[in-house]
Amino acid sequence: MDSVTLEVQRYRPEDEEAPSWQSYRVPFRADWMVLDALNYIKDELDGTLSYRWACRMGVCGSCGMTVNGEPTLTCATYLKDQPAGPIRVEPLRGFPVIRDLVGDLTDFLEKLKRVQPWLVREDEPPLSAGEHLQTPEQLAEYKQYSMCINCMLCYAACPIYELEPDFIGPAAIALAQRYNLDSRDQGAARRMDVLSQHDGIWSCTFVGECSAVCPKNVDPAGAIQRYKVAAAADALTSVFRPWR
Amino acid sequence: MAVNPNYTPYHPKWYRRRIPIFWWARKLSYVRFISREMTSVFVAYGAVVLLLQAWTVLRGDDTYRGFQQWLETPAVVVVHAVVLLIVLFHSVTWLSLAPQALAVHLGRYRVPAGAILAAHYLAWLVVSGLVGWVLLGR
Amino acid sequence: METLTHDILVIGGGGAGLRAAIAVAESNPALSVGVVSKVYPMRSHTVSAEGGAAAVIKPIDTLDAHAYDTISGGDWLCDQDAVEAFVHEAPEEMLRLERWGCPWSREADGHIAVRPFGGMKIQRTWFAADKTGFHMLHTLFQTSLKHDRLRWYDEWFVTRLLVDDGRCQGAAALQLATGKVAALLAKSVILTTGGAGKVFPFTTNANIKTGDGMALAYRAGVPLKDMEFVQYHPTGLPFTGILITEAARAEGGWLLNKDGYRYLQDYDLGRPEPTPVLRAMELGPRDRLSQAFVKEREQGRTIETPYGHVVSLDIRHLGEKLITAKLPFVRELCLKYQDLDPVTELIPVRPVVHYMMGGVHTDLHAATPLPGLYAAGEVACVSINGANRLGSNSLTELLVFGARAGAAAAAYVGSAPEPGQGALAQAIDEERRLRREVLGRSKGRERLATLRVEMQDAMEAGAGIYRDAAGLTAAGATLETLRERLGTVALDDHSLTFNTELVAYVEFANMLDVAEALIHSGLARTESRGAHQRTDYPQRNDERFLAHSLAYRADAGPPTIEYLPVTLTRWPPGERVYGR
Repeated sequence: MDSVTLEVQRYRPEDEEAPSWQSYRVPFRADWMVLDALNYIKDELDGTLSYRWACRMGVCGSCGMTVNGEPTLTCATYLKDQPAGPIRVEPLRGFPVIRDLVGDLTDFLEKLKRVQPWLVREDEPPLSAGEHLQTPEQLAEYKQYSMCINCMLCYAACPIYELEPDFIGPAAIALAQRYNLDSRDQGAARRMDVLSQHDGIWSCTFVGECSAVCPKNVDPAGAIQRYKVAAAADALTSVFRPWR
Repeated sequence: MAVNPNYTPYHPKWYRRRIPIFWWARKLSYVRFISREMTSVFVAYGAVVLLLQAWTVLRGDDTYRGFQQWLETPAVVVVHAVVLLIVLFHSVTWLSLAPQALAVHLGRYRVPAGAILAAHYLAWLVVSGLVGWVLLGR
Repeated sequence: METLTHDILVIGGGGAGLRAAIAVAESNPALSVGVVSKVYPMRSHTVSAEGGAAAVIKPIDTLDAHAYDTISGGDWLCDQDAVEAFVHEAPEEMLRLERWGCPWSREADGHIAVRPFGGMKIQRTWFAADKTGFHMLHTLFQTSLKHDRLRWYDEWFVTRLLVDDGRCQGAAALQLATGKVAALLAKSVILTTGGAGKVFPFTTNANIKTGDGMALAYRAGVPLKDMEFVQYHPTGLPFTGILITEAARAEGGWLLNKDGYRYLQDYDLGRPEPTPVLRAMELGPRDRLSQAFVKEREQGRTIETPYGHVVSLDIRHLGEKLITAKLPFVRELCLKYQDLDPVTELIPVRPVVHYMMGGVHTDLHAATPLPGLYAAGEVACVSINGANRLGSNSLTELLVFGARAGAAAAAYVGSAPEPGQGALAQAIDEERRLRREVLGRSKGRERLATLRVEMQDAMEAGAGIYRDAAGLTAAGATLETLRERLGTVALDDHSLTFNTELVAYVEFANMLDVAEALIHSGLARTESRGAHQRTDYPQRNDERFLAHSLAYRADAGPPTIEYLPVTLTRWPPGERVYGR
């Protein structure tokens, strides 16, 4: 097989009110990713195709798209691993489409900021005191959640996010947990106020698709469920802590 | 030259797709999720039956016996056998999620997922055994 | 035209830009800061850096040792006052990042761990597994979210600096999502746009590294310094060019030719030992390792593959446990992109363009010769990297000089006048120019991709690891014709909404400027030093060339090249010795 067809979703807001499909025939190479095929289209066939990409090694998170119905990083998805027949390429679900394969991510950034994803300290010793000590075991507690590349595949896979756009979403909660579980952080209480809301963790019904599509094994679903246990325990014991 | 009459320069309209009614049928993992969620309806049904039984006790011997007879009719027995299976499916899928939600540490050692799952099943067995002994043993 | 005004404008949202923005926000919260980036900040190329960041932290280490390693690694082209300031501030900057939550790898007792790295005599490279740049960038980005005064211009593409009255007063930028061009006015501007690896065909760099900031400054009359010094990282994967971090060698990996022989021992880099020896063999400086590869290839001792010649990186003897703990990303990349498991197989590698030592000329306070314009990070040339950068110095450089740029820009704001009408007029002019390129040309003769590939091939042939006058001149001639041909390229995409073809067009024009400065600086430097190796001038010539080249853009024709002597303090030029 020396060529393959890509069916790509196009959307040109200046020219049309709704998206349409366009087919392209690209060479089939065993070591080409879907991204290489898109680049071939843009370079040789149709320069009007717009999409995002940068590092092409699966660490910047730019190139997330829906390929044959699955949210995936196109720089890490081989053409040869797709089933035979035309390959459908669409933008990530759940995000408004600006143009072709480009979605708008401002909602995620606003939600990320809301969960306060930075190290919160009540006291900060001077730099001359050296680093906060943190053993490899303590690092291992949150390490997994720090691997998120903000690729948004989890949001695209989450049916709740598309059905209820107010949901804070998997990556934001996983990043909040990354700081909550960091032994150096003192901001868990602050984040609890944000996360244990209706549009926070309690919107999640543990579909589990977010963890299934995550390219970095962050397991946001696990982060959310663990947080539910913590939040529920906190709510129950707060009866005995009226000063909180 | 822009052709879409809804477009004003520098103000493109972003597109939000309409979610198909059968969005969940498009992917096996979504079908499994929805089935799992649907089983809660049957759990609710089981709870309603139990409540009804309790209510008939309060209403007196005749109502209670009438209700028991209804419960013993073949059609109802078959339906309830199916409901039992669905409720068992509900319990199994529920328990299988437990390891992801619980991160238990014993000192430095993190209890493996298999152990957490086994502990849950054991607890389920023990409680079921207790309830069974109460209901059937006396 | 929409006008947005801030006190300080940071162009580029990577490690250096974010550090600069945070520096301003923390030191003077009253100042308004705009951060412009053509991609979302967490996509910046800092994210791909793997190995580590160097700073003196262990008791056996000294600032002078770090300075000496850096200066000798740079083949004495580093400004020693800048290096001294750099090594002095490095530990504090790195500690500050730890306080901001960066998940540095630790020793068993909880202190920060360091690993050996190329060209360093003592271990001083802090690391976060083998995704140091990723963790640093995300720590910086997430920390910057704390500061409400920062105004984000995500996916806004700066196409021109606004220079009036002898000062930089802001930038004209295209908002990608809408196609609108706005004037971003500011009292001071900090360039942190990174390097220009995409000028070459085979690079570790992301698609976005197109030398935009360098071209912006160059066109504004600021000289580009030491552009001829391009670092080839010795170990990149063959087809994709993906980086296999130096840490793989620091942990003990070996480079083998087709006979399974550790060939570096033939190149004055020491004797092969079973465990890594600092500043020897595989832990030598990157320029020497890449040059050794070329020599091996000339003698037919490299392995031929469909994607060119390679050698093998062997980390099998490190064992699965160490690889999983210290090099997990390397394993992941090999499995995904090369379909092999480095625990049991050899990794094919070849030198890849990785870093530009050269860049916008700045002093050690990150100030360019143009008042109001500052630069930090890979886009700048201070110079602390000289003719060859040591691995793990550039991540630290982002922090040290990002902070310095922020501080200097904030101080300048106090005395700077408001941006004026002249700047606004230039922005309007820029919008008109972009409209002409977008809508004006409808019938093109060539595709943009054709020109880009020709430029890259010319640069590889003429400005590779080994150069000569004929090759450089030929490359220069190709660049000139490409510039003319660019005038006949018409875009397919005439849309205003997220027009990535327009962005690619402007990026290509930027790359032509950068390439031109590179070629002509290389032609003028008739010596071999560090990463600039001339086969027609194989010796280092300290008499004439212990100086930085400064390329000034000419309105017509090649740039003018001047020289600025290197600042020496305590280390007179010596011989670079590795392995002895």
